[in-house]
Amino acid sequence: MNSPHTPGIVANRLDAETLAQNFADLHAPLTTHEAAVAADRCYFCHDAPCITACPTDIDIPLFIRQISTGTPEAAAKTIFEQNILGGMCARVCPTEDLCEQACVRELAEGKPVEIGRLQRYATDTLINKGGMPFARAAPTGKTVAVVGAGPAGLSCAHRLSMLGHDVTIFDSNQKPGGLNEYGIAAYKSTDDFAAKEIAWLCSIGGITIETGKALGAELSLDGLADAYDAVFLGVGLGGVNALSVEGAEKAVVADAVSLIKELRQTDDLASLPVGRNVLVIGGGMTAVDAAVQSKLLGAETVTIAYRRGREAMSASRYEQDLAATNGVKLMFNVMPKAIHGNGATAEIELEYTATKDGKLQGTGETVRLPADQIFRAIGQSLTMDAGLSLEGGKIAVTGAGRTSRSGVWAGGDCAAGGDDLTVTAVAEGRDAAMDIHATLMEGA
Amino acid sequence: MADLTTEFLGIKSPNPFWLASAPPTDKEYNVRRAFEAGWGGVVWKTLGEDGPPVVNVNGPRYGVVYGADRRVLGINNIELITDRDLYTNLEEIKRVKADYPDRAVIVSIMVPCEEQAWKTILPLVEDTGADGIELNFGCPHGMSERGMGAAVGQVPEYIEMVTKWCKQYYSKPVIVKLTPNITDIRKPAAAAMRGGADAVSLINTLNSITSVNLDTMSPEPSIDGKGTHGGYCGPAVKPIAMSMVSEIARNPETHGLPISGIGGITTWRDAAEYITLGCGNVQVCTAAMTYGFKVVQEMISGLSQWMDEKGYTSIQDFKGAAVPNTTDWQYLNLNYVAKAKIDQDACISCGRCYAACEDTSHQAIAMSPDRKFSVIDEECVACNLCVDVCPVENCISMVALKPGTVDPRTGKVVEAEYANWTTHPNNPAASAAE
Repeated sequence: MNSPHTPGIVANRLDAETLAQNFADLHAPLTTHEAAVAADRCYFCHDAPCITACPTDIDIPLFIRQISTGTPEAAAKTIFEQNILGGMCARVCPTEDLCEQACVRELAEGKPVEIGRLQRYATDTLINKGGMPFARAAPTGKTVAVVGAGPAGLSCAHRLSMLGHDVTIFDSNQKPGGLNEYGIAAYKSTDDFAAKEIAWLCSIGGITIETGKALGAELSLDGLADAYDAVFLGVGLGGVNALSVEGAEKAVVADAVSLIKELRQTDDLASLPVGRNVLVIGGGMTAVDAAVQSKLLGAETVTIAYRRGREAMSASRYEQDLAATNGVKLMFNVMPKAIHGNGATAEIELEYTATKDGKLQGTGETVRLPADQIFRAIGQSLTMDAGLSLEGGKIAVTGAGRTSRSGVWAGGDCAAGGDDLTVTAVAEGRDAAMDIHATLMEGA
Repeated sequence: MADLTTEFLGIKSPNPFWLASAPPTDKEYNVRRAFEAGWGGVVWKTLGEDGPPVVNVNGPRYGVVYGADRRVLGINNIELITDRDLYTNLEEIKRVKADYPDRAVIVSIMVPCEEQAWKTILPLVEDTGADGIELNFGCPHGMSERGMGAAVGQVPEYIEMVTKWCKQYYSKPVIVKLTPNITDIRKPAAAAMRGGADAVSLINTLNSITSVNLDTMSPEPSIDGKGTHGGYCGPAVKPIAMSMVSEIARNPETHGLPISGIGGITTWRDAAEYITLGCGNVQVCTAAMTYGFKVVQEMISGLSQWMDEKGYTSIQDFKGAAVPNTTDWQYLNLNYVAKAKIDQDACISCGRCYAACEDTSHQAIAMSPDRKFSVIDEECVACNLCVDVCPVENCISMVALKPGTVDPRTGKVVEAEYANWTTHPNNPAASAAE
């Protein structure tokens, strides 16, 4: 048995019981009593700011009222009408930046209605009962290929199925779910929820999922466009931005997304090796997810190094606090300068930064930290090349996800515009489905 | 999904939720918004006779009673009937009904107790194409001082007389709206029935003073230092209204008379309860005034879900279902014995049950030094006060003793047979149970 003080990158730093505790549900589900008390605080605002703040426009006051009158199933239906992945969004949405930030009780008392947890209460109730509150419209005879079984693709597929189209979803991974399955911190989606949610979502019928098939390998856009009446691309961002720094070629500089993926897929957390001193480079949710989980796996020290100030960090203040609470040190205005070590990484040298003449620059002052494991979380990039117009490295879209090629739509992280959030992907998938439907049914 | 379509007096509406005659239904603009929000029908705010319209005060019209967190439990109101021109109202009613043929539009009327006054206004109302009329015999403020509203509703003979005129000069359904400011609600209901009313609706508002301003020493709402009683409504009046509804539904003389239930309906559950007590539909005001017209969406989804769960396919399936179980005290089963039971896992040790029982009831709850609360069966009379004051749902429950077991309080064996006060040995007027 190792401990947090064992040098190097090793497994078994913590015992199984501690690990199980560390990776339990970040927010335990509300009990019925807790949900009733939380729901009571909602004022049922007119034209509510929380709805405006929700990328999928869920009628939040209505669903909370439905909870408070003892009909969480009706509440779930209200949620799912706008956001079929309302269960996952209830777990991973940065509600502190969205609905809960807009809540009038945040303004009044600094304590918003717990919208995210109430949403989870409602959606869990219905999903656990197995009820699918939507039925398919009469078959249209149209077929649509959806590439990518992540939030955008699943949302698009479900809406298309509801409208009467037959959908085939292709995904390059072995399991469907995209980032829901592979890219979210384990303590945010426990008990295999992503898979359960997909099984429930597909219970509407008319959706076939084929895994292990990637665009550019088993599939081509031309082939899909020929075989189907429409194509939706929700392929996400498969590439990880490289770190250009002296010594970065050392094998111990790993992708944060790979760590997150391994954590979600393993049956045995203790078997995952983690460094004694971990350094994560980046400033987004991926950086926080990797850093916190490294600490929870038993790393002695974990540091997030971000090249700009706290205010520029894309991880929310809540996420920053979550990291700090778990013992992660946040360093701002530092960028990696060199990785030192003899065969294995031993230290990272960071250079302080400052903005001069509107440009972020190194100040020349450096600091060295012990680091036997370094994760890069400096953004992901589009890996697909199918001849579509791009904008800022992503697929250019107009309207509800129309790409430069007729008959091909795109949404989610791979498409330009919108925040790279699960909830935004769901909205884009849904809206593209409505546009695909309108296009396919033109003159029908 | 359960079908919420309701037919009341032959008037169809897509759901049983109508807006009551009140400020929310005073004009076309509001009513159109209400229909767009999903309301099944409206009772247009009360029309008065032709001529200079009534005037309202220009100070506050509403008073309020709050629960915790400023939750509106009751509102009282001193607004009079519509203060807009009769013909403007009639034109608007006609337009709205034409545009919403699937919604119920009822016109509330209040004119003096003179035959000519009713004979004059009824054809004008008939011409709007509205589905029926509701006679406002209920408003307890202002108009009652002029011999209308509650002043009529408190005299059964007047109710009968005016209802007859309405049936004579108007061809569509006539609903009589009753005032609760009366000792026995069965009397005005029976009078309405005798006059030929197609239905009664109840309750109108209750005489009330919601609060007194301790600086100006005047009741709220205060107008220049003076206040008057207003009509009270909202969740606080629901128990009073439901009791009155049940009395009319149970009374052999009025049993079967269609009832439109009014009083504090805020959620689907309130509506379901009214319907089980015999109402054919419900009318809502305060919930809309507190939360806006959108509040009906929860009523619709909730009622529909509950009906699906119960296997009811229409309102008719459970209408009046609780009426046979509403009885007089003397017929309650005195052989039914229950005891309070505290779920120790759910208990949060607040001690409210203990305070209530120890100070004001039967000293039937024990408190240990480590704040464990348990029921003393030898003392518990199953009064339910502990259940009522417990802040945790389902933490304390009433558990019936099985027949054959001994009630530790009385030492008597619980009998399986039903027995009530009419045959009880302590009742001097008891008839022998043979």
